[in-house]
Amino acid sequence: MITPPTFTDFYTLIPYLILTVWACVLLLVDLFIPKNRKSITAILASVGIAVSLGYTVTQIGFKSPGFNNMVALDGFSTFANILLLVSGLFGIALAYGYAKRMNIERGEYYTLLLFSVTGMMLMAQATDLIIVFLALELLSIPLYVLSAISRRIEAEESGVKYFLLGAFASGFVVYGIALIYGATGSTALNDIFFAASSGDFSLLLSIGAALLLVGFGFKVAAVPFHMWTPDVYQGAPTPVTAFMSSGAKIAGFVALFRVFTISFPTLAADLTNVLWVLSALTMIVGNFVALSQSNIKRLLAYSAIAQAGYILMAFVPYGIKEVAPVAVASGLFYLVAYTVSNFGTWAVVIALEKAENKGLELDDYAGLAKKYPALAIAMTIFMLSLIGFPPTLGMVGKFYLFRAVMDGGFVGLAIIGVLTSVVSAYYYLRVVVNMYMKEGDPTIENETWLNFTTAITAIVTVVVSLVPNILFLLASTAVF
Amino acid sequence: MVTVDYYVALSAILFTIGALGVLSRRNPLIIFMSIELMLNAANLAFVAFASVYESFNGQIFVFFVIAVAAAEVAVGLALIVEIFKSKKNINIDDMNSLKG
Repeated sequence: MITPPTFTDFYTLIPYLILTVWACVLLLVDLFIPKNRKSITAILASVGIAVSLGYTVTQIGFKSPGFNNMVALDGFSTFANILLLVSGLFGIALAYGYAKRMNIERGEYYTLLLFSVTGMMLMAQATDLIIVFLALELLSIPLYVLSAISRRIEAEESGVKYFLLGAFASGFVVYGIALIYGATGSTALNDIFFAASSGDFSLLLSIGAALLLVGFGFKVAAVPFHMWTPDVYQGAPTPVTAFMSSGAKIAGFVALFRVFTISFPTLAADLTNVLWVLSALTMIVGNFVALSQSNIKRLLAYSAIAQAGYILMAFVPYGIKEVAPVAVASGLFYLVAYTVSNFGTWAVVIALEKAENKGLELDDYAGLAKKYPALAIAMTIFMLSLIGFPPTLGMVGKFYLFRAVMDGGFVGLAIIGVLTSVVSAYYYLRVVVNMYMKEGDPTIENETWLNFTTAITAIVTVVVSLVPNILFLLASTAVF
Repeated sequence: MVTVDYYVALSAILFTIGALGVLSRRNPLIIFMSIELMLNAANLAFVAFASVYESFNGQIFVFFVIAVAAAEVAVGLALIVEIFKSKKNINIDDMNSLKG
């Protein structure tokens, strides 16, 4: 019944294995790199991610389960892995100059980031709840450390808060899995579906699924489980915030997509309503609270909460067979749009940030357009993309999302989505107004990799939005 | 004869006590103990169900949960010690330097 692992088993996990081994070796190699030359560690870490990324690209089109159906390699996991590895590269690029300038340069930053990326990749490939749980912890534990890595009091506070609430959320996930196991006798996603569809309605299974949703709601910062987000995002070093607001979100949503669409279609009647409310609340609270923020990191934290609400929209029709694949594809598309614009925005924030938490108020952006027009244009593109304004990736992403939700018959939710997007324009455009219409004398840091990140994300945001079909086709073929 | 229902009920009670502890306590160490209680409630449910289904999955999961909980202790206590060094105080009501 249980067969020893074959080469095919290992093949499904090669990109993940490459990165894991690389991270372990790097941890040792880092000991021999002198303190003032930690940029070598950064370069080695990026090489590891690049190798893993290269191998992931050669796996496009392959489909196979591995390790007795514990993990799977399919279009969905490959799509997510590419996105996650690129996030990892951006995470390193943003920290490269920042760490040096803020005197927080440590080799561990890069190894912990690699470990976190491996957890995220495993999350995208998991087809068994045991692996989902392990991957969740593997991605979270390094992030707890990373958010406190600068050892400033704010960072330490954010680390403790993130840790306590993250561990609390894990408690919900584990108990949810225990109840699901109790109801179905299995932790494999497919077997859970079979057990659930053959048996009668099971209260235990519903409670288990709900607890799982609560746990993941914490991880992706959905209202009402978002309380930690603003504090953690504000206190953590900015490159860490950028990385966790993208990577952890992608991983959380990807795992939710897989678990819900494979295991819980039979519970759709109940869960759809819950997801509807969760999504609507997240959009409304995130956008409205963001209106009153004056610190850019806090503003972007609430914006990240609101964006999670839009991605949650893609889940609402998951139980309707005809609409679900399109909805999941739209969700994946929006994740790409969000990730790209998000990293771009944080790159601009890092360019303006000064030591001792200076340069993080909205007023510090006054006059940016006159002095650094290119940076101001890039920031404007990102803001428009996050609002969902053409010609940007965010606009196309929202269009697909709203269309999928409408196809599922949830017109009310689509209307809430459009209205809250209009509200969000107010605070996103405040940044633009400050840059273009107010007088000021900002200074920026000119760092190669920072400029590179800003430029490439801005270009992708605009260019891909002109030919969105290609990306949407990729996302559609990725859906299992 | 003690049926599995009793074990599941006990685990539900433990889980609830843990969750309430997290929400009501103000000392991070006690909050952390409450979180451990939640994890162990899940462990109890796992072994109880595993004996019903006579499958190993549940028992194996327990080992993973224990290992992960140990990893969390290492990181969590380090963070708490670190914040105690800089603040001389670990009450979470005093962790208020981040606001907005």
